[in-house]
Amino acid sequence: MSGGREIPVRVTKVTPVAERIKRFRFERLDGKPLPYFSGGAHVIVSMNDFGHIRRNAYSLMSPPHDCAAYEISVLHVEGSRGGSTFMHERVKEGDEMNVSYPVNLFQPDWRARKHLLIAGGIGITPFMAMMEQFTREGANFELHYAMRTRDRSAYWKELAERYGSQRIKIYCDAEGMTMPLDRLLDSQLLGTHLYVCGPSGMIDGVLRAGMEAGWPEQNLHSERFLSSLPGKPFTVELVRSGKTVRVGHHESMLEAIEAAGVDASFLCRGGACGQCETEVVNCDGKLLHHDVYLNDEEKAAGRKVMICVSRFEGKTLHLDL
Amino acid sequence: MLVAGIKSRPLYKGLTIEPHAKRHIFALEGEGALALIDQKAALDLTILSRSEILYVARGSKGKGHDTTLLGLGTDVFWTAPTIATLLSRLKALLATAHMGVRLYVAGTEGFIGQAMMVGLDHGMDSASIITEHRGSLARRVQCVHCKGINEEVTASPFTCSHCGLTLLVRDHYSRRLGAFQGVNIDAEDPGSAPDPEELFL
Ligand code: FES
Repeated sequence: MSGGREIPVRVTKVTPVAERIKRFRFERLDGKPLPYFSGGAHVIVSMNDFGHIRRNAYSLMSPPHDCAAYEISVLHVEGSRGGSTFMHERVKEGDEMNVSYPVNLFQPDWRARKHLLIAGGIGITPFMAMMEQFTREGANFELHYAMRTRDRSAYWKELAERYGSQRIKIYCDAEGMTMPLDRLLDSQLLGTHLYVCGPSGMIDGVLRAGMEAGWPEQNLHSERFLSSLPGKPFTVELVRSGKTVRVGHHESMLEAIEAAGVDASFLCRGGACGQCETEVVNCDGKLLHHDVYLNDEEKAAGRKVMICVSRFEGKTLHLDL
Repeated sequence: MLVAGIKSRPLYKGLTIEPHAKRHIFALEGEGALALIDQKAALDLTILSRSEILYVARGSKGKGHDTTLLGLGTDVFWTAPTIATLLSRLKALLATAHMGVRLYVAGTEGFIGQAMMVGLDHGMDSASIITEHRGSLARRVQCVHCKGINEEVTASPFTCSHCGLTLLVRDHYSRRLGAFQGVNIDAEDPGSAPDPEELFL
């Protein structure tokens, strides 16, 4: 598998945090410390679902300096393809699993004068680790956290207690509160960097508002992991390995290719990093690009595809794998 | 004689107005005035009312660029007697500025480098500072031996005005200093340096 080496871990704690949200704590089987990571990093968790391997990316939320364990939080997604259901229904304390080495695609810019964090729902998790690190480094930050209802949202109470109401602002939909985004964007001192993580629509909205408020794109950072959408089954021919792979309704191309024993590289499995970029040798039909990595031109050209989230409809698809 | 092909050499992409900016600050030196004047068509009333020009004429004194700049009708137009005064005004502006302000710098490389440094010191990202090179190619060069800064260097090799060593001007550019590097060329055999060439007129 080409997401880097994996680390065998034991699930040492499973904590229900809010409705449909659970926190998982992983410690190394060999008792050694886990590798350091930096705030914003994620790991890929491998789940062995009766021999079928599922892999999902989760942001690390534990304090980055604490190498005794990694912690993640998992939202049980409605209409989940299986990963979050597996984590919620099948993973118990004491279980053994594998996690990848941490990768950070959501690195804070350490030159920033101030870090403005905007979280929506479960998008809070990367910021938990970031805020620990900001605090240790004495960096200036502020978190604005939007949620639907308080009982379905994680960590808002702990965060307000830990960092104070000056730094943590909560906006609860159900209580009719909205984030005053425009005012926030207009009132930041020069040298502020903004980070947003949450539902796709929210990320798009915040980035758009940032550009419209005259912020340079260099100061706007976001992280989103897309999940591969279900769709019609199809077949891919792998030119180099000479295999024909059937991609099921709920499967991603990457998962099907891995299951066929072919190594493909990845880092995020969420259409964001570009690591799984694969050359299209021949395509008679339509590529359904679901990633946010390729630009519109590249998508239209159809010579590359991000196999972690994209699909295909048509007659034949030959990939350089 | 030039050591070329070094990546640290800055690229000046040219002035384009960022339509969404809440405030536009133009730091212009000499012929750099023309970089903004050439953008006249893009300057609508909203942009003009949000624009502030800091101008130092230097080599272009007497060419009337100041009158043309004033005629653009920006919110603020201010001329500085020296680069140093311009930079201190820029510092004061940026110290209280909010996100949404854009900095545009045009003029000679030495000027761009120094104005960029003010921006960087105030937390701006170098890629978000909009620059255009106009006027002389004269370079600001730091002698790597005595650390003295030589302004307006047009030839290489040249004699360091601080320590007297003969320096080759390298393409190696320091963003932190806003200057190129000058390295002694005839250390082994003083006086053996090639004749200076006027490379940066
Ligand atoms: S693995 Fe990151 S884009 Fe596919």
